[in-house]
Amino acid sequence: MGAGATGSGKAGPPRRAAGPAAGAWWNDRRVRAVFYQILVIGGVLLLVWFLVANTLDNLNQRNIATGFGFLHREAGFDISERLIDYTPADTYLRALVVGLLNTMLVSVLGVILATILGTIVGIARLSRNWLVAKVASFYVEIVRNIPVLLQLFFWYSMITEALPSPRQALNPLPGVFFSNRGMRFPVPEADPAWTYVAVAFLVGVGATWVFARWARAYQNRTGRIPPTLSVALGLILGLPLITYLAAGAPTAMNMPELRGFNFSGGTTVTPEFTALLLGLVVYTASYIAEIVRGGILAVSHGQTEAGLALGLHRGAVLRLIVLPQALRVIIPPLTSQYLNLTKNSSLAVAIGFPDLVSAANTTINQTGQAVEGIAIIMAIYLTVSLSISAVMNWYNRRIALQGAR
Amino acid sequence: MARHPESPDEIYAREEEPDEGWRRPPPVEGASLRAVVGEWSRKNLFSSIPNTILTVLCAWLLWETLLPLTQWGLLDAVWQTDDSAVCRAAEHGACWAFIANKYRFILFGLFPYDEQWRPLVAIALFVAALAVSCVPSFWRPWLVVLWLGVMVACGVLMWGGVFGLRFVENGRWGGLPLTLILAVVGIVCSFPLAIALALGRRSNLPAVRAICVGFIEFVRGVPLISVLFMASVMFPLFLPEGFTIDKLLRAQVGIILFTAAYLAEAVRGGLQAVPRGQSEAADALGLSYWRKTGLVILPQALKTSIPAIVNQFISMFKDTSLVIIIGLFDLLSTAKAALSDPPWRPFYVEAYLFAALIYWIFCFFMSRYSQFIERRFETGHRRS
Repeated sequence: MGAGATGSGKAGPPRRAAGPAAGAWWNDRRVRAVFYQILVIGGVLLLVWFLVANTLDNLNQRNIATGFGFLHREAGFDISERLIDYTPADTYLRALVVGLLNTMLVSVLGVILATILGTIVGIARLSRNWLVAKVASFYVEIVRNIPVLLQLFFWYSMITEALPSPRQALNPLPGVFFSNRGMRFPVPEADPAWTYVAVAFLVGVGATWVFARWARAYQNRTGRIPPTLSVALGLILGLPLITYLAAGAPTAMNMPELRGFNFSGGTTVTPEFTALLLGLVVYTASYIAEIVRGGILAVSHGQTEAGLALGLHRGAVLRLIVLPQALRVIIPPLTSQYLNLTKNSSLAVAIGFPDLVSAANTTINQTGQAVEGIAIIMAIYLTVSLSISAVMNWYNRRIALQGAR
Repeated sequence: MARHPESPDEIYAREEEPDEGWRRPPPVEGASLRAVVGEWSRKNLFSSIPNTILTVLCAWLLWETLLPLTQWGLLDAVWQTDDSAVCRAAEHGACWAFIANKYRFILFGLFPYDEQWRPLVAIALFVAALAVSCVPSFWRPWLVVLWLGVMVACGVLMWGGVFGLRFVENGRWGGLPLTLILAVVGIVCSFPLAIALALGRRSNLPAVRAICVGFIEFVRGVPLISVLFMASVMFPLFLPEGFTIDKLLRAQVGIILFTAAYLAEAVRGGLQAVPRGQSEAADALGLSYWRKTGLVILPQALKTSIPAIVNQFISMFKDTSLVIIIGLFDLLSTAKAALSDPPWRPFYVEAYLFAALIYWIFCFFMSRYSQFIERRFETGHRRS
């Protein structure tokens, strides 16, 4: 204080933000800035060095090997659910990949389902129907305020304890069984026709995308709206159907059957997977519902009125006018919910679903290489988080107002 | 037509106004209850055919779920018995007797039975201190002193060893007090760290900024469970030979570091909301960086970020349940452990509902409080 007055006389042309200028060199802001930064970096480096040195010391004393060599050793533990082939004779690396794929499966399905449920609930909360709005807000208020882990335990117990044993399995549809060992349902027998159908489906999706682009350009040019919906349905559903019929329409199904104490045949969805997916979707949807509601409320009511005045019906107003504008408000918080869901999928370890954390945890327990194991978990989650952020940021920029920054 | 900038509240208020308001007949004095109810339900439940279908569907769903639920939870429930066989016999009713038998264990864990008044008083102190801190006019320096006092008192109550209280090592702490300690100590200790990180993230010094951004983004990118794993298996490796810290403290440090990163983002949001002119005015007055920050910027920034901070507190309160995975005995763990008593095994729904209710009460009131604060401080600081 007061130093400014003494300094300004000698400083020549007054410099902005120079503070008490022309004092001793240690009063120079830039010198101080460099000094502080050196201090901070030095402190952080010292801390890191202290931790690393201690860790290496401790590891040496306990005779724990370091490095990632263990990844190529035989894992020796089984994983009940897997998207790729895996046996206990495979390496730790493969076990981790199996876990990662399981994490991705749950996350992708969870994000899709939670978005659908959350959007429905969010719109329902704004409904003019009193009963619907109240039911939706009860759902949100109850689910949001209970820890997701507790909800996972609850669903898992419900599935494993409340459902009957395989012998008395519920059989809502022929070939579909619900029991405490999971859901069993029939799958078609392997047949080359199914590959063709899948290819046809992908071709249909691609063709629809091309058609939609053309349709938009056509509408911009002429003002006429091509029948996009029926053409899209025809391409996406019709093309695979024609392929299926042309390939001989195989009908052989692999039906689940009760053999002894469990089912064989068909495919199964385990209680762990169901509980995890259900818990994550129900919990995250309650947050997404609030985000959707906030986004819709942020769109001025004048927009709705203007849409109605143009003669659009309420559904069209919501779809064509309100939602596109609301999306701009919705996307950033929605991104962080997607990230939360992905990170929360790591709670799988608590109910025994073999996700990445669970596989890494077993690896750590067997090899004792905690540092490497946790580093792997963190690196993978960081990569996944940053990728989701990048994709959502790209999408956010795409839908941002033209001309806005 | 000139459009006015509207706050969501105003839009909401208009949203509730019926579009066909002008067509409605004026309210008749002394209209019968039936007419009022009829009018209301016509407007809110049966305004159109799709709406009527929705209402009927909803009502049917509620009927189908609520009726069996009341039957199960109230009418057929067993309220008082020491014999689990009675509960098992009442097949279609809830067994609240399970809670009646186990609530002391669920609430206080393995704390010595005769001494359980101590955690109870500690909970009461925490809740009272939280309640006092909720009143904006009490936000004075003495509140910090009060919190320190409460922490010390709770430490004395929980550990004991002085004033003739029996010593209880923290391995035997459990249940609700543990959950509260993890959450409250977590938020109190992470708060200064969060402010430092948020300021560092907006600093002009590139090295400081890089370190803060790196820490925040790293922690926010990984799940809490991996931070807790790190705390439980890696912290012992970090420390010099012969130096150990116990499991509770390790988990606490993990939670503090994790929360600080999220809280820093909440504080940063508040910092960004402070108009640039404030900082320039402080510079013009010749205030140093620390005085400018402490006297001008932070008070305004923290005020705007209170709702975000409370929301962070809520999510941390829920996240403390994750410590079950590294083997601590919080509220969720005790509820689960109560179920491992073989005669009472089938009553998991009751156990989880009881724990959920406790979590829910805390979180619900905090979220209501956050909304209240948001409304209270919405005075003039929003740019229209």
